[in-house]
Amino acid sequence: MEKRVTFNSRWLPYLLLGPQMIITLVFFFWPSGQAIYQSVLIEDVFGGNSKFVWFENFVQLFRDNSYAHSAQITVVFSFLVAAIGLGVSLLLAVMADRVIRGATAYKTFLVWPYAVAPAVAGVLWGFLFNPSVGIIAWMLQGIGIEFNYVINGNQALLLVVIAAVWNQISYNFLFFLAGLQSIPKSLIEAAAIDGAGPGRRFWDIIFPLLSPVGFFLLVVNIIYAFFGTFGVVDALTKGGPGKSTEILVFKVFNDGFRGQDLGGSSAQSVILMVVVIALTFVQFRFIERRVHY
Amino acid sequence: MTRIALSSVAAAAVLASASTAFAQTEIQFWHAMGGNLGETVNALAEGFNKSQTEYKVNPVYKGSYTEALTAAIAAFRAKQAPHIVQVFEVGTANMMAAKGAVYPVYQLMADAKEPFDPKAFIGPVYGYYSTPDGKLLSMPFNSSTPVLYWNKELMQKAGLDPNKPPKTWPELGEMAKKAVAAGAKCGFTPQWQTWTMIENYGAWHNLPYATKDNGFAGTDIELKFNDPARVKFIQMLADWTKDKTFVYGGREGKSTALFTAGDCVFHIASSGSAAGIDKALGQDKVGIGMMPYSPDVIAKPQNSIIGGATLWVLQGRPAAEYKGVAKFMSYLASTPVQAKWHQETGYVPITMAAAEATEKAGFYKKFPGREVAVQELTLNPPTANSKGLRIGNFVQIRDIVDGELENVWSGKKDAKTALDDAVKAGNDQLKRFEAANK
Repeated sequence: MEKRVTFNSRWLPYLLLGPQMIITLVFFFWPSGQAIYQSVLIEDVFGGNSKFVWFENFVQLFRDNSYAHSAQITVVFSFLVAAIGLGVSLLLAVMADRVIRGATAYKTFLVWPYAVAPAVAGVLWGFLFNPSVGIIAWMLQGIGIEFNYVINGNQALLLVVIAAVWNQISYNFLFFLAGLQSIPKSLIEAAAIDGAGPGRRFWDIIFPLLSPVGFFLLVVNIIYAFFGTFGVVDALTKGGPGKSTEILVFKVFNDGFRGQDLGGSSAQSVILMVVVIALTFVQFRFIERRVHY
Repeated sequence: MTRIALSSVAAAAVLASASTAFAQTEIQFWHAMGGNLGETVNALAEGFNKSQTEYKVNPVYKGSYTEALTAAIAAFRAKQAPHIVQVFEVGTANMMAAKGAVYPVYQLMADAKEPFDPKAFIGPVYGYYSTPDGKLLSMPFNSSTPVLYWNKELMQKAGLDPNKPPKTWPELGEMAKKAVAAGAKCGFTPQWQTWTMIENYGAWHNLPYATKDNGFAGTDIELKFNDPARVKFIQMLADWTKDKTFVYGGREGKSTALFTAGDCVFHIASSGSAAGIDKALGQDKVGIGMMPYSPDVIAKPQNSIIGGATLWVLQGRPAAEYKGVAKFMSYLASTPVQAKWHQETGYVPITMAAAEATEKAGFYKKFPGREVAVQELTLNPPTANSKGLRIGNFVQIRDIVDGELENVWSGKKDAKTALDDAVKAGNDQLKRFEAANK
């Protein structure tokens, strides 16, 4: 049977696609085009004195120590967010898969954090770990750990990772859970009959079958760590202390709006755009072919 | 016949008087004063609106300084700029360099034929925002300067006289060490370290921050704050970190929490923090005085420089509306308005007359220490090194200096290397600014 759907009308498809195309043009292509245009200019704050400078903004970025530092922080940050996020949510999914009683309750609670806005998540964790009034900071002090993310850069990064991971766990959890439930029980039972313990069953059968979902989630998490964590960083540390949590997307904001350097900021945002396009290309090329729904 | 004549005269009179009621020009004033400060701003605007009927000032709170400036820039590019926007002092060079966007205040007042006396203003307040030849570019609004706060209880506990604060840095070091030995958690902590420990240390000791009169005389400048005096000073503070004589409390205003929690004995912070500090510790437990100085660098302190924000007038509105803006500027600079603003907020009054009126009203007797800020600013006529700063890309440069100082406090670099590195990175920023504004 033919799987293709054909329309008789000539204009109906365009009419239906129209609104989406307009939104994509206005909110995606236009700002991106503007960013590319501004990245090759150096101008004063009010735009009265623009000069075309070829790729000087980009060259300046590659010479800039703080950009290299920010890129380094972003790589470390994304690695931590992806690794911890995927690891913890896989563990939770495996555990939730086995539960029969109260399963809905667990799943509901595990999904809630995703509904919290990133900025709110940042404020929440900021309060918990606040050096003066935070309850977890107080408990840490009780066991002898001086937690002060306002002054200690490593602790600030750790806190931002925790808040970002907490926000994203639900998303990973749902996908892993769906992936787990699509694995035929017969395979697992067969392995059990052959004498494989739970660990062996997991690593040799479940994990490989989960890998398409896992790879998809890896790319999504990396893109999330690059871009979706802006709210957490802004609400929690504003890139501090001493630029130790200034991830690339936050640096774009900081340089553009606080520092009024529109040319440099646009150049940074163009570079980030290229990174995202590359990641998405990788994802579509290598994953979409191997996932079976 | 008479009735028709009378009624037509009456009708004409009614029509003539009806037109003035609709002619009120609205003036948009975008600011970044939230909370209590915002309410005081609203009250100021209300006072102006009530004092006349031609113009109506509409103050709009736009968020932080960054958000207000960004909104103004976006509005200007869309040809819908507000008349007045409040910009932080570090944005002065960037604002000044924007060709065709800014309407300098001296020109505004002259064009609108509003009386305007530059000599009525307090020297450094006026000087920060004017050209080298004394023409005012933006109207000073909320200015403050760093002062020394001390915790009288902690001083007493260390056997020190709570009414004899340290006058020099070596004295402060000794007193702080005594206090820490007597149990204080920290000797000294500064607020806004780039502003207090580098910029104001320079002005207080008549040392330059940058070439060309700290940037007033041109944009092709270089930074100069890595001089031997400041290297020695920062190294001294770094050595003090070892025994908690100096404790770093974080950037911007974060360290004030250490002082209000009763941990630190000495705190150098904005004069605008006085109200909050008094409320937290109790007015009689806090002393306010002049910043200490280093006697091996200068025999007597020069004067301090301000921080805070000013009001800039933007181009792009119909010419007639600017007369109202000029009248509002006059109103803001008038003595009763400035005295009220100074007393309610802790910001420095911008005219000597307002400071004197405040003194006559007995305000400084009731709130001792609030007059120190004005005293510091008017200690001596400003020199080229202590008039203020006109540095482009100043936000980025301050961030660089903050980061390098943090390297010193955490022991990663010594003072000389850190300040030299800061100057080098800062000079790059200055070159970019120069290129963008040629």
